[in-house]
Amino acid sequence: MSETASHPNICVHVRLFASYREAAGTSRLDTPLRSGARVRDLMALLAADIPALTRAPGLVAVNHTYVNPETELHDGDEVALIPPVSGGR
Amino acid sequence: MFKIVDGPIDELALEDDVRTDADGAVIIFRGVARRQSRGREVVHLEYEAYPEMAEKVMAQIGDEMKTRWPITRVAMVHRTGVLEIGQASVVIAVSAPHRGEAFAATRYAIDRLKEIVPIWKKEVWSDGSQWIGWENEAHTH
Repeated sequence: MSETASHPNICVHVRLFASYREAAGTSRLDTPLRSGARVRDLMALLAADIPALTRAPGLVAVNHTYVNPETELHDGDEVALIPPVSGGR
Repeated sequence: MFKIVDGPIDELALEDDVRTDADGAVIIFRGVARRQSRGREVVHLEYEAYPEMAEKVMAQIGDEMKTRWPITRVAMVHRTGVLEIGQASVVIAVSAPHRGEAFAATRYAIDRLKEIVPIWKKEVWSDGSQWIGWENEAHTH
């Protein structure tokens, strides 16, 4: 059986900002995932350690573009967790 | 010019970047750090950005403006780090042959920037601090 058929792992580079960065205690994480994982899978995994991700839900960007929870992730993707942006009136 | 900088914003550079001989109007919008916020006294502000993405999204907003109004050029610069009261956090420059579209496009630019550009503001008070996002700005005027 080839490696591709046996759910090889991928690794994504997670970046955290502002309130998420402070809650996580770091601005960068490398997170291994099963091949075929989607944004929502990553969020569920991270939320277990960083409850702020679900308390103040924000947006997610992959490689500098906003995506939705169903977007599939690929090895080496840069996934940015974007807390609500700065507002101000 | 779409940039994130960590020091004072050079407004003249933005104006030079957008003005052409075809323009009858140049609008410079400056967002500044305000003393009072939601009934509390602000000591200073701290801005954090995701610079690589913020610059791309600002350029995207510039493209959106040009599809909506007959403007000539757009420039946006946002500052990060600690800002004292009265200092500019963001400057937007827009040039156009006529003032009407320049005003409309500039208003759109700052509203859109605050909506989608990944930049965060922390208010620091004498007795605490908080990151400000849409969830706690809704009741502000």
